[in-house]
Amino acid sequence: MKTQTPYPQGDAFHASLRTRYRVATIWQILFLSALLIAIVALTALLYKVVDGAFGYIAYEYKDDPAEFTPTPVNELTKEELLVILKEELSSGAYNKLNNEQPMQERSQADLLNLFLERLVRIDTKGTWSMTDSLLHKAEIQAEVKEKYSNAKLEFRSWLTPQFLVTPMSSKAEFAGVRTAILGSLWMVGLAILFALPIGTGAAIYLQEYAPKGWFTSLIQTNINNLAGVPSIVYGMLGLAVFVRTLEAFTSGSMFGVTDSNGRTVLSAGLTMGTLVLPLIIINAQEAIKAVPDSLRQAAYGVGATRWQTVWHHVLPNALPGILTGSILAISRALGESAPLIVVGASTFISIDPDGPFSKFTALPIQIYQWTTLAQSEFHAIAAGAIIVLLILLLTLNASAILLRNRYQRKY
Amino acid sequence: MQNSPSYAIESNDLSIHYGAFTAVKGVNLKIERLKITAIIGPSGCGKSTLLRSFNRMNDFVPGCHATGELLMQGQNLYSKDIDPVEVRRKIGMVFQKPNPFPKSIYENIAWGARINGFKGNMDELVEQSLRSAALWDEVKDKLQESAYALSGGQQQRLCIARTIAIQPEIILMDEPASALDPISTLRIEELMQELKKNYTILIVTHNMQQAARASDYTAMMMIDDQRAGGVIEFDDTKNIFTRPKDKRTEDYVTGRFG
Repeated sequence: MKTQTPYPQGDAFHASLRTRYRVATIWQILFLSALLIAIVALTALLYKVVDGAFGYIAYEYKDDPAEFTPTPVNELTKEELLVILKEELSSGAYNKLNNEQPMQERSQADLLNLFLERLVRIDTKGTWSMTDSLLHKAEIQAEVKEKYSNAKLEFRSWLTPQFLVTPMSSKAEFAGVRTAILGSLWMVGLAILFALPIGTGAAIYLQEYAPKGWFTSLIQTNINNLAGVPSIVYGMLGLAVFVRTLEAFTSGSMFGVTDSNGRTVLSAGLTMGTLVLPLIIINAQEAIKAVPDSLRQAAYGVGATRWQTVWHHVLPNALPGILTGSILAISRALGESAPLIVVGASTFISIDPDGPFSKFTALPIQIYQWTTLAQSEFHAIAAGAIIVLLILLLTLNASAILLRNRYQRKY
Repeated sequence: MQNSPSYAIESNDLSIHYGAFTAVKGVNLKIERLKITAIIGPSGCGKSTLLRSFNRMNDFVPGCHATGELLMQGQNLYSKDIDPVEVRRKIGMVFQKPNPFPKSIYENIAWGARINGFKGNMDELVEQSLRSAALWDEVKDKLQESAYALSGGQQQRLCIARTIAIQPEIILMDEPASALDPISTLRIEELMQELKKNYTILIVTHNMQQAARASDYTAMMMIDDQRAGGVIEFDDTKNIFTRPKDKRTEDYVTGRFG
């Protein structure tokens, strides 16, 4: 005799199974398309950046190089260039350049750039994106020939080794990101110098010493909220506190520096330090939390004080995690631009920052500045600078991952 | 009130509370010097809590505090002028799960000695401690290797060596063999018989046979109707296992429940 069952049997069961699989398939397709949308968006972003950084440029010489030398431009040696520059530049301009960096010590590429920038004076007529350059080569050539009969057409990469070591310039062809990179590094270095010890200290206190209670929870909640405060707010804070109130300190006037106001790389570093402080605290807390309690008990069990336990066991074991967190904080600071605008990064500066009281610019500021200019060649170098910034960020993130994997401990 | 010199430690109406909740109530135990005393009882009856109160390990648990007295050489270990660090220096502890430091075997022993201001010959101390813990022959050629490379049983003996290196008077063991295989367990039990010559041992165990085999005295714990644990019987191990006075003890040791 067949017993009654509340579950479907036979065909009814198979039918319900088919429905269940159908629903599962629909959801799977939805998740896959979500992933695809993300991939497409990222690819589009990368393509856009790379597309701008390479391509054709059409330019004319205002003065023919042949007026200065019989040698073709791309065969000029360092010695020839030195002679030409010495003879043709006004003595004032020559001395100024010589003061920035002695001419003898400059590279051939640098001197060639000076020659082209100061004497021949390149005049860019137009630039094209990589896609256009590759797909519509003939049209571009025809157009250039028709409009600018004297112009040369060249496929160039805007991202060159030269681009990395050249300071800012008002001509896109000769501009580089050297000052911006150095400014960013100074700023991030000062930020981490300020935020890492304070953040780690605060995390140790919160995790190992603070009594559990409503006051500690309140502080904890506020730290978590601070990590989500928009960066422009930190910029306002930096302007009010570091640039204005502490001007005597941040401008260096209390140390005898006279040629500066509060808008220095030190102010920017401190502002960025405040910005990443909650991130560093939270990351360090997580790292400290991950140190198992059994280790603390082992230390207490042999008669260690709380401080000995923290210093000899908790901190060394949490250190890789703390460092990973700080590297991620550095990459956050490196990519921020809003607070720097408020704190007063310079948009045009060609002198390397040489100390905490220098005026400065930073990569995101430089990129922003170049994209707002009308000439298309500036958009091309902005794309180049974006690639530099992205490579810098990816390198930092990769080193964070390596550090984590290298020192990951099993307990 | 001076306690008799034959007792290493003595509790006097000792209770342990978590906030308003009383976890262990009114414990009166006299732990005899150079003997092994086992604490047995069903899960959740407060055995570990009681054990940890003996070297003030519970101080780290938020809201946990003790009332009553815990006397060691006439001194209440819970009085205000006693530093818990000093208590832990005199009363060492071996934990349930082996927890060596993530350092070399040598450092595992040397660290505790060093932070306590040890001034003697460190190499000698390390060798002596490892010998006392019956581990020397197995590790003498790899003292600089990580303690994590050892087996679970070896790690637990290293933890015992680490504890005896600071020369405590009493060693507390919180189910020291529960994470180990039978052979390692046996070695720990043999080791305890050796250590008994120099140290007073207090051990919490779930393993009835272990208590019967290894201990001299046994304290039986049980929770009352307010869920507070207490010692219901404390006697020679032989008496507890052969003719217990309390019906609940009898039921427990004969395996009728628990």
